[in-house]
Amino acid sequence: MKKYTYSETNDTRSGFGEGLHELGKKNPNVVALCADLIGSLKMDAFIAEFPERFIQVGIAEANMIGIAAGLTIGGKIPFTGTFANFSTGRVYDQIRQSVAYSNKNVKICASHAGLTLGEDGATHQILEDIGLMKMLPHMVVINTCDFNQTKAATIAIADYTGPVYLRFGRPKVPNFTPKDQVFEIGKAITLNEGKDVSIFATGHLVWKAIEAGNLLAEKGIDAEIINIHTIKPLDRNAVIQSVMKTKCVVTAEEHQMNGGLGDSIAQLLSLELPTPLEMVAVKDTFGESGTPDELMIKYGLTTENIVEAALRAINRK
Amino acid sequence: MTKTSSVKDLQQLARSIRINVVHMIAEAGSGHTGGSLGLADIFASLYFNVLNHEPKNPQWSERDRLILSIGHVAPVLYATLAEAGYFAKDELLSLRKLNSRLQGHPARDHGLPGLELSAGSLGQGLSVAVGMALCAKADKKNWHVYSIHGDGELQEGSIWEAAMSAAHYKLNNITAIVDRNNCQIDGKTSRVMELEPLREKWKAFGWDVFECDGHSYTDIIKTCEDAKQSVFRPTVIIARTKMGRGVKSIEDDFRWHGKAPSKEEAEDFIKQLSA
Repeated sequence: MKKYTYSETNDTRSGFGEGLHELGKKNPNVVALCADLIGSLKMDAFIAEFPERFIQVGIAEANMIGIAAGLTIGGKIPFTGTFANFSTGRVYDQIRQSVAYSNKNVKICASHAGLTLGEDGATHQILEDIGLMKMLPHMVVINTCDFNQTKAATIAIADYTGPVYLRFGRPKVPNFTPKDQVFEIGKAITLNEGKDVSIFATGHLVWKAIEAGNLLAEKGIDAEIINIHTIKPLDRNAVIQSVMKTKCVVTAEEHQMNGGLGDSIAQLLSLELPTPLEMVAVKDTFGESGTPDELMIKYGLTTENIVEAALRAINRK
Repeated sequence: MTKTSSVKDLQQLARSIRINVVHMIAEAGSGHTGGSLGLADIFASLYFNVLNHEPKNPQWSERDRLILSIGHVAPVLYATLAEAGYFAKDELLSLRKLNSRLQGHPARDHGLPGLELSAGSLGQGLSVAVGMALCAKADKKNWHVYSIHGDGELQEGSIWEAAMSAAHYKLNNITAIVDRNNCQIDGKTSRVMELEPLREKWKAFGWDVFECDGHSYTDIIKTCEDAKQSVFRPTVIIARTKMGRGVKSIEDDFRWHGKAPSKEEAEDFIKQLSA
């Protein structure tokens, strides 16, 4: 198992904030919108340097999505920022019609996704957003794993023309992605080559997958760990190539089992290469209040859950 | 594009638009006849007088932007775009048919020139108009943004989110036009969900409010010119119209909101329109 280390933990939303700020300097067409959550989205640096390129819309997310669509008509590249719940479920029809169906170059940037939002409880812990967004034609769906990757992804999506959903979160997590790693939309990253089981993870679960790989190695199991930061378009080749070798699969994500990464991979494999598959995901339930760590344990999204899933998957070969 | 202020020309253009609307919807066998006919005079005035646009160069960067927020009146938009030369009138009869660029509700996905946005689900166009107007302000462009709304559509809450933000950002480069025909699918707007006092609502949201006769070319054009003079505030024109205007037998009848004429009815409608 390849060794991964990190010198700091940091929140992915701060990666977004830094990426947006850097993008502001690089690309004069980039504009940012926020629905009364500047601090939570870490948009302060961008706003301080480019106040004329920031639009505060107040607590009116539907309006924010429409305004963003309108800004593209004059050639702007709008980045909207609010919590993942208000970025997707609340404004699904606006995104569907004015962004996806109209094929507008809007970047929907969503923080506080998943259980790790913690104490605020289930109203804010959306676990369905990947599913909602990936069902929309034209929409690219990205869920980044750490600060560096979120920053790189934020910068990269400005160079892609078309609607993008970028999902990140609130807790501080190990920042292990190399600072200079270029973010390629739709290109999976193999973190460890192995032959016994393929572990496909996204977002905050990527680091846990690495930890699981270490524990499995102690048991003599050689796990292949792949970071799927882009859920749509899925890197089909990377998935198929890995599974042809390992012949069993674990998926891991901070999202509902329905509609998430596991669902995308299960669909691909059922159609092209039926393979035993275990999912580490939330099982058709809402979250609740608690610390992020407590919630991840209660809802089965820990390193140990990934290890157990890998053992089950290997047994089913 | 050359503009005309001649009432006779505009009358002729609106008549042709109306006749095409009836032909198209009858051929399709479904579609929204009432609102499409009711808006024909406004569309003729906009596309042949008010708007700066180039039908042969739909993406001209200096064009005025028009957002049709009520996608269901697509027939009047399509007939007007064809009349103005965006595409051949022959194509109009493909409305609502498989593989057509003339989708039941306007769709940018299908390659029809002259569309800024896909629309159909109500209440979204004013937000997009705000985005376009902000863009024009940021880039110091002089083009103006027009958005067309139904009166029933104003029942959507998102319209008022957009209205609040347009005033907040002093977007005097937006003119919203409300098709005030007092009708919606389920009946008269006053019975379904009262909109009055409508002037006062817009005023309270920080807009300059104008009213006009939505069937008088001179009144529509003059009011659009007046609205463009606003210095600080976004402007709304409440255009009094009659659903089904031009076909006496269906005028002001909300049952024609979403109904298509049969072939025989269409013949009769066209006779009435040609009279």
